[in-house]
Amino acid sequence: MSTVATATAGEAQVHAGHDDRSFIRKYIFSTDHKVIGIQFLFMSLFFLVLGGLLAMGMRWQLAFPSDPAHPLPGGSLLPETMVNAGIVLPEFYNSMVTMHGTIMIFFAIMPLLVGVYANYLIPLQIGAPDMAFPRLNMASFWLAVPAAILILAGFFVEGGHAGAGWTSYPPLSVESGYSGVYNGQVLWTLSIIILGFSSLMGAVNYITTVVNMRAPGMTWFRLPLATWALFITAILILLAVPVLTGALILLLFDQVLGTAFYKPDAGGQPLLWQHLFWFFGHPEVYILILPAMGFVSEIIANGSRKPVFGYKAMVIAMISISFLGWIVWGHHMFQSGMNPLLGASFMASTMVIAVPSAIKTFNWLGTMWRGDIHFHTPMLNAMAFVGMFVIGGLSGVFLASTPVDVQLHDTYFVVAHIHYVLFGGSLFAIFAAITFWFPKMFGRMMNETLGKVHFALTFVFFNLVFFPMHRLGSNGMMRRISDPTQYEHLQAFQPTNRMISMWAFALFAAQLIFAFNFFWSLFRGKKAGPNPWRANTLEWSTPSPPPHGNFATTPVVYRGPYEYSSPESDEDYLPQDRPPAERPTPAPEPVPAGG
Amino acid sequence: MSQAATLALESRQPMPGIGVYNQKFGMWVFLLSEVMFFTGLIGSYIILRFAHPDAFTEPGRVLNVPLTAANTFILIVSSVTMVKAFAAIELGDQRGLRRWLLATVLLGAVFLSIQGVEYVKLAEHGFVPMVASYAAEGAPLYGMTFYTLTGFHGAHVTIGVLCMIFVTVKAFRGRYSQADHGGVEVMGLYWHFVDLVWIILFTIVYLI
Amino acid sequence: MDGWLPQNVSTFGGEIDSLFYLILGIAAAIFVIVEGALVLFIIRYRHREGRKAAYIHGNNRAEFVWTLIPFLIVVFLAARSTGTWLDIKSPERMPADALELRVTAKQFEWNVTYPGPDGRLGTADDFVRRNQLHIPAGRPVRVTLSSEDVIHSFFLPQFRVKQDAVPGMSITIWFEATEPGEYTLGCAELCGTGHTRMMASVTVHEAEAYDRWAREAAGPDPSTLGDGI
Repeated sequence: MSTVATATAGEAQVHAGHDDRSFIRKYIFSTDHKVIGIQFLFMSLFFLVLGGLLAMGMRWQLAFPSDPAHPLPGGSLLPETMVNAGIVLPEFYNSMVTMHGTIMIFFAIMPLLVGVYANYLIPLQIGAPDMAFPRLNMASFWLAVPAAILILAGFFVEGGHAGAGWTSYPPLSVESGYSGVYNGQVLWTLSIIILGFSSLMGAVNYITTVVNMRAPGMTWFRLPLATWALFITAILILLAVPVLTGALILLLFDQVLGTAFYKPDAGGQPLLWQHLFWFFGHPEVYILILPAMGFVSEIIANGSRKPVFGYKAMVIAMISISFLGWIVWGHHMFQSGMNPLLGASFMASTMVIAVPSAIKTFNWLGTMWRGDIHFHTPMLNAMAFVGMFVIGGLSGVFLASTPVDVQLHDTYFVVAHIHYVLFGGSLFAIFAAITFWFPKMFGRMMNETLGKVHFALTFVFFNLVFFPMHRLGSNGMMRRISDPTQYEHLQAFQPTNRMISMWAFALFAAQLIFAFNFFWSLFRGKKAGPNPWRANTLEWSTPSPPPHGNFATTPVVYRGPYEYSSPESDEDYLPQDRPPAERPTPAPEPVPAGG
Repeated sequence: MSQAATLALESRQPMPGIGVYNQKFGMWVFLLSEVMFFTGLIGSYIILRFAHPDAFTEPGRVLNVPLTAANTFILIVSSVTMVKAFAAIELGDQRGLRRWLLATVLLGAVFLSIQGVEYVKLAEHGFVPMVASYAAEGAPLYGMTFYTLTGFHGAHVTIGVLCMIFVTVKAFRGRYSQADHGGVEVMGLYWHFVDLVWIILFTIVYLI
Repeated sequence: MDGWLPQNVSTFGGEIDSLFYLILGIAAAIFVIVEGALVLFIIRYRHREGRKAAYIHGNNRAEFVWTLIPFLIVVFLAARSTGTWLDIKSPERMPADALELRVTAKQFEWNVTYPGPDGRLGTADDFVRRNQLHIPAGRPVRVTLSSEDVIHSFFLPQFRVKQDAVPGMSITIWFEATEPGEYTLGCAELCGTGHTRMMASVTVHEAEAYDRWAREAAGPDPSTLGDGI
């Protein structure tokens, strides 16, 4: 039986330094994991901007609800079915809400964390020439493209885009009579189904590659935490996405075939969707945070010039999170009409899942403790992750308590929570990761000054936008309403809403600095050597950028990934593949990493 | 480090991993995702059915259990022929491989045809996905869940048959050998999985 | 204390509020400790000439401590919350002598069915009011919720009451007002283009005043309050 793994290792020696592929094969229909990762990068950055624009539209409406004196800027460019005389129509507001969530989660954050970095980093960090299935990998990106086209098409069809929330609860999402939207909802459903296949292909690749293609000496407990995180995330994707796909297929049938899986009049159950969706949905949020946690571990160790504190505990914590993540989905449904006893059991599991995240937080702090901290841009963003993720996690405890959730469910308290973990958490980690691995990807550094200015402004504005939302929510501001001034108990908070919007506009504007830095540095950034951050993991032993096939010869790994400030090295770092120094006595076992 | 790992280090081979070559491991991983997919669908069926048992009839009233039981047997036999094909090429028996692969393709095609015939007969009697069919003998729920479950399984079998044809053509071109026949093994895994899902589906939809 | 929650006019609201503030206190303490440590380390361990990081891989005892303490805290919170939760939502714990009302949600209004002079729901003298919820102070109220179309959510912020209204399901909740006054009923689940304006007025009467209202109101529905805005 052929052991393809061996064959691929041998291929490395052939490929590196021998590359006569055409332009199309090299950059468009490429099977090289690095190119695919970069393709995902450009696609997701586009959607990140689009998602942000949609949020700006929402915030304008909330600041000046249906106020003719403050027409939506750019509203005249949009059709009258969306914006009439500068006033955002309710159906368009619902679409903005829906598409902001959908695009950010499925087309921005998930591909940024997984599509980009699982692809780019895994083979490099484990010392492999490419993924286990390079052509499947290419297919995975090119399947994401039609999904992206469909999701964009929804903006241009009659009836407008989907307007039932990114959670798409039926019956609203399946009866156009209730939502006023048909084509948009169908396109939405189709798009996510297709995107699911793309994710699944990726997951099969990442799992197989990590299990079977690690370089000699790369034991499981010498894997960088970024790879561990991406590996665990891939398993979550593998098991959760098919459930969503099944649920979406039933939704699609209800939408176009007239079936009634979710329609109560003919025997269907709206709650069935909620169970299926959240059974996927909760692992999904861990998919959205685990890779970020992995990157943060890499960068904090690097910035502190110190080993990760409690490496094994970090791995066990991530594994615990991934296990527990399967039994908490009901906490999204506490007020749904579910049996209260079932609710209580979900509360228990939800409270417990806070513990591994707490462990990780303390370990990041432990890594910084007695370190030698360099405040480069990735480090700043990574530390912000820790600080903001803690707030997001703490707000989660409120929501986990079912009686308190009675007051907070479906209010802006939840909006605050999700943005503290997704923006304060994932997005800061993404800024850190993009900056950190930019030199490896493109052979140039991003500008440090611009990076620091972007960080500072983003950090300040982010908190000014989202912290007040905790209070808005606990005081009774519901989610997804386009006009809070309708409610007497919310009128006093309108100045807060307006202020949040102003800071949101500033926050969006600050991202222009990052965009400029990114594109300018592609062409004019300072040229980077192989290891500008003086890091230890294997990707820093290759040229920047690495050639097709990655390593001229298969690397050999002698130690863990975080041997910073090791007594064995003259410098404050010690790459995983540097051979141990000659010793007169027999060489000791390579120092294992972790506590 | 384990002995195997030390060996890998010294010989500059990748870490031993799981000891299963990439394609086979990848197929196992993929099948795990398929388990989740069918679990979602079958779980939904169970939930919908036991909330409205009156919308479903006893097995056999609407569905043709004997015919489908025979069909189940045919699919099981096709798994046996698949095993025999794999066993043949493990011994280097090219003719055996081709013969048994061909048998598997044919049996798979027969399974699909019989299912197609069943669908046509049900539709003729008015049992279609969304119409309250058979008057008192089953409501829209029954039809839509039946066709969705068996339909998606059928789609998986169809893809299996198409891939099987591809593998059979390769076999006839002599592309597999005793040393290198991963494609046959991986095809077999998928096929057995599809068979297993059917046995579960058949039990839940036709027998219970 | 102030600024986090609206006034509370329900009997079990106090339990929910004290849980909220308990969690707030714990969260604030953890916030100060963790963020404080972060800031402290940033200052204390910043790179300076000649500084070397400590080559430490971890500490098992520390791991044990900071696993155990958060675990105890969350288990405590879960236990503390369970009693209140079951008091509010468990059908067995709902007060028996409650005023029964039926609330049917539909796009984009709340239709409240009152029992009428015979005091029983489901009889001929029941009457319906659109977007007007009238209840007595000091007497438990049991509301059976349903929806005619999509999922809505019955949200009384000042009563700490929220329950999704799901089409095809009949869900019962209870609450008891402590103080007469005018309050708000809003919809907390996205239900379509009119979600933002799906609200009703909630009037809590003194007990005797309520009986008087109920008698007078049993006539034909004079509701001409437009969209409920």
